[in-house]
Formats: sequence, structure tokens, C-alpha cells
Amino acid sequence: MEKSKKPTPSQKAYQKIASKHEIKRPVGINCLKAFIIGGLVCTLGQLISNGYIYFFDFTDKTAGDPTVATLIFLACLFTGLGIYDKFGQFAGAGTAVPVTGFANAMASAAIEHRTEGFVLGVAANMFKLAGSVIVFGVFSAFIIAIIKTLLF
Amino acid sequence: MIFLNAFIVGGLICVIGQLLLDVGKLTPGHTLSALVVSGAILDGLGLYEPLIDFAGAGATVPITSFGNSLVHGALQEAEASGMIGIITGIFQVTSAGISSAIIFSFLAALIFKPKG
Repeated sequence: MEKSKKPTPSQKAYQKIASKHEIKRPVGINCLKAFIIGGLVCTLGQLISNGYIYFFDFTDKTAGDPTVATLIFLACLFTGLGIYDKFGQFAGAGTAVPVTGFANAMASAAIEHRTEGFVLGVAANMFKLAGSVIVFGVFSAFIIAIIKTLLF
Repeated sequence: MIFLNAFIVGGLICVIGQLLLDVGKLTPGHTLSALVVSGAILDGLGLYEPLIDFAGAGATVPITSFGNSLVHGALQEAEASGMIGIITGIFQVTSAGISSAIIFSFLAALIFKPKG
């Protein structure tokens, strides 16, 4: 058990000291970075989407798929080149929350575990981080869809 | 001006994620899961589509739209083929995202070697 329910007095004293020395996270600056970088990623997505509508026969609704695929391709490429992770350390949630962060999580896990082989390393570890997103997304979507179909 | 809307809405969703990380002290895995579930709930309430109409890629690029698309696919298929459609339709809209993420990640693992 990592957290016992009732900390002993000495544990409380330790927690007090520990929280005093904990480095305060610069929340304001982090949020500003996340806002600007995240906003830029979404603007890039809008540019790509408009490009698909303008140069190919996509409509507003169908341009979403190729746009997401393009962003994911770029994220995997930059992850492989080692650029994305450096950028991500600066941008925080600005690169983690867009779909590019999802791709980065998968690609970096796949590359990192390459030495363990393609079956047990790459394939088995690819969904290590992304799996939780898919599991919770699918399960909540299932519940919501059932509620909506039964009630409405 | 769709680009400005995309920038602002997309940026704000990322700020919510950053607040969950910094103030809520959640891990990235918890943060992304929470955002996906909230996207699904927003679509269940019928609020996500108007956001996409307003902000374009600002609403479709963040991970919240993944939850939205899952619900969308499930409901579309449920309308067409009854309750079983919820199971068969869940991945219909998100296939592009998940498939390309798998394919490109695998290609990246083939081409690139781990650093450090």
C-alpha cells in the first residue's frame, strides 16, 4: 500500500517538510505555453483541412479523416526524428492533448521497445499509454450510446 | 474567421489539459482519459457538434474529439441497424485516427532506432 489511510505523526511531519520543498509548478506560464502551442497545432490542422478541401474533392465533413491522418503521420515522423519529445517538454499539454500527442505516445513506445523484438516489444508496448485512452473512450461511448438509444 | 476560432478553442482545450496536469496533479494518462470521456459526454449532450461547427479543427484535433467520434459512430450505426450497431459502429468514424496511428507508429519503429 502506497498510501495508508491514517498517516502516523512522523509521516505527517515528513509530508509537511516534503511539501515545503516541492518545486512549485509555474501554472500560469505552463498554461500560456499550452494555449499557444495547442492553438497553433489546431490552426495547422485547420490549414491542412482547408488544403484538402481546396485541392482535393473533400467536403467540410469528409476532410476530417485525412487531416487527422496527416497530423498523425507528422507526429510519428517528428517522434522518430527525436524532435517531438523535446518540443513536448516545452509545450506540456499543448502537444499532449491534440491527436498528435496520442500518435506520439504510440510511436515513442513502439520505437523505445524495438530492442525487445517486433512482436513482444513494438506491438505489445504500442498501446501502453494509448490503450487507456481507447479503453475509456470506447467504454464511455458505449454507455452513452446505450442511454441515448434507449431513452430518445 | 475559422482559423482564429480554431486557435482559441484548441488552445483552451489544451489549457484545460494543462490545468488537470498541474493543478489536478493527474498523470498524462489520466488527463487524456478524462478528456476523452468528457468529449464523449459532451457529444451525448449534443454540445460537441456545435463546437466543431464553430471552431473546425480547434474542436476536431484535440483528443476530446476522439470521444465525440466514438459516440457518433455508435449512434449512427445504432440508428441504421438497431442495438447491435452500438458495438459494430463504435470504431467506424475513428478508424482513420486509430489505423493511421498504428500504421505510422509501426513504420516509425521499423525506420528509427531508439535514442539515448
